[in-house]
Amino acid sequence: MNASEAEQMAEDANAPPSRAGASSPLSAAGATGDAHITIRGLSKTFGDAVIYDNFDLDIPRGRFVSVFGPNGCGKSTLINLISGLIDPDAGTIRFDGKHLRDTNFGYVFQNYREALFPWMRSIDNIRYPLKFRNIPRAEQRDRVDRLVERLGVTIDLNKYPYQMSGGQQQLVSIMRSLVIEPEVLFLDEPFSALDYEMTLFMRDQLQALFMDTKTTMVFVSHDLEEAVYLADDVMLLSRGPAEVADYVNVGIPRPRTAATISEDEFVQIKAHCLEVFQKLVRGT
Amino acid sequence: MKILSKILGPFTPLAGILILLLVWQIAFWVEVVDHVLLPSPWSMFVAVWQGMSGGQLLFDFFRTIERTALSILYAGIIGIPLGIIFGSSVGLYRSVEFVVDFFRSTPASAVFPLFLAISGPGDATKIQVATFGAALVILFNVAYGVMNARKTRLQAAKVMGAPRFRVLTDVMLFESLPQTFVGLRNGVSLALIIVIVAEMFIGSVDGLGHNVLDNQMLFEMPRMYAAIFVAGALGYSFNLLFLLIERRYVHWSGR
Repeated sequence: MNASEAEQMAEDANAPPSRAGASSPLSAAGATGDAHITIRGLSKTFGDAVIYDNFDLDIPRGRFVSVFGPNGCGKSTLINLISGLIDPDAGTIRFDGKHLRDTNFGYVFQNYREALFPWMRSIDNIRYPLKFRNIPRAEQRDRVDRLVERLGVTIDLNKYPYQMSGGQQQLVSIMRSLVIEPEVLFLDEPFSALDYEMTLFMRDQLQALFMDTKTTMVFVSHDLEEAVYLADDVMLLSRGPAEVADYVNVGIPRPRTAATISEDEFVQIKAHCLEVFQKLVRGT
Repeated sequence: MKILSKILGPFTPLAGILILLLVWQIAFWVEVVDHVLLPSPWSMFVAVWQGMSGGQLLFDFFRTIERTALSILYAGIIGIPLGIIFGSSVGLYRSVEFVVDFFRSTPASAVFPLFLAISGPGDATKIQVATFGAALVILFNVAYGVMNARKTRLQAAKVMGAPRFRVLTDVMLFESLPQTFVGLRNGVSLALIIVIVAEMFIGSVDGLGHNVLDNQMLFEMPRMYAAIFVAGALGYSFNLLFLLIERRYVHWSGR
């Protein structure tokens, strides 16, 4: 692009956020009228660092929400708090009014190597969460078969995880979180340990899955392009204590493809997010 | 040259053995020490053959195996569960760490006279001391294996809905297995050392340790060398056995 185009784009990014559809988190959820996860008065401190202080958020149902922000702003902490991996100091988190323990949710870790069980074959890894859900054996097999078919998985699931490539292992990890047919899926930088080719492939797998299931997804990413590409909404978090700095609606129709990344609308939304991000990093 | 190295390739591990035997044989020929003190390798192998084909050596060999195997069995029964319990609570482990470390560092041979005084010179005493030494090594390794279980894996089990007890049996236990085998291999080496030393003490009537000492006092040097050789082979085999079991059942270790 030439200099004037770049200038134009920067101007676009500076334009009122309305063009990207940004609004406060509460009204963003309110717009669809259907909050799936309701967070009220959430507080969390690690030592001296106040990560969350009386934090409120509604996560809308059936949408793909990307969480993006500067390092250490508590992106991962947010989904760890919601999914019960860490206990909040204060505040309530409800799923359709239900408590976490009554909710069917999946969680995909960044480090698939350390999240999968290497002593089990991949198929047994995928089946593992069903053990705690009183599902008959035949139904367990059916579920895995259905999942394999729906995802069009061609890898040999009788292998052990360490016999597979990184991408295949993360796919197994994602399948393990999906087999319980979750209401919500949390993903903590799931593709950051994969090479670029694999990342592109996995993004599209995840997008297809989302389009197919319409499961509410909360996706933590440190890659802005990826965050925008996959999201219905990009939530930009500020640092300590975390606030929602901006909530950007991404209205680009699905399925998005590699071509989407160079389309004007995508570039503009990304530039806007980057602008907000840089302000957050500079702390102005 | 290439063809030669291809043919000889698989035999390279044997080179060290051949060199050792050659040096020994030369030392024997030039009489570095008296032939009585250093017999030829050949005479040792003859003594091994004679002793192991139904002689006293074979009997002592089985006695030592029996004691070592029992020791490692008891040590495992004591050390593994305690290691899991201590390892799963950092506070609990910190409170016993010094005691475990202290006794683990105490040469077990030093406490042998104490056990002798308490339990008498019988077979049980030897097994008790060896169990004591090996159990501490196993406990220590298992506890560390449990403590160093990958946090992500425990979290993964938790978010999948595994109750606490299942996290222990489905994840903790497997996570600690590679380190448990390190403990078992170190434990069996130590148990063998203690058993052989114990067999040299007053009141012993059999075992490889007794055999070595007996032949030394009778100046039956080829037989003494034979007993040492068999003890070495036994230690090596125990280690190999545990390695093979580990590779078979802890296939993910190090991957």
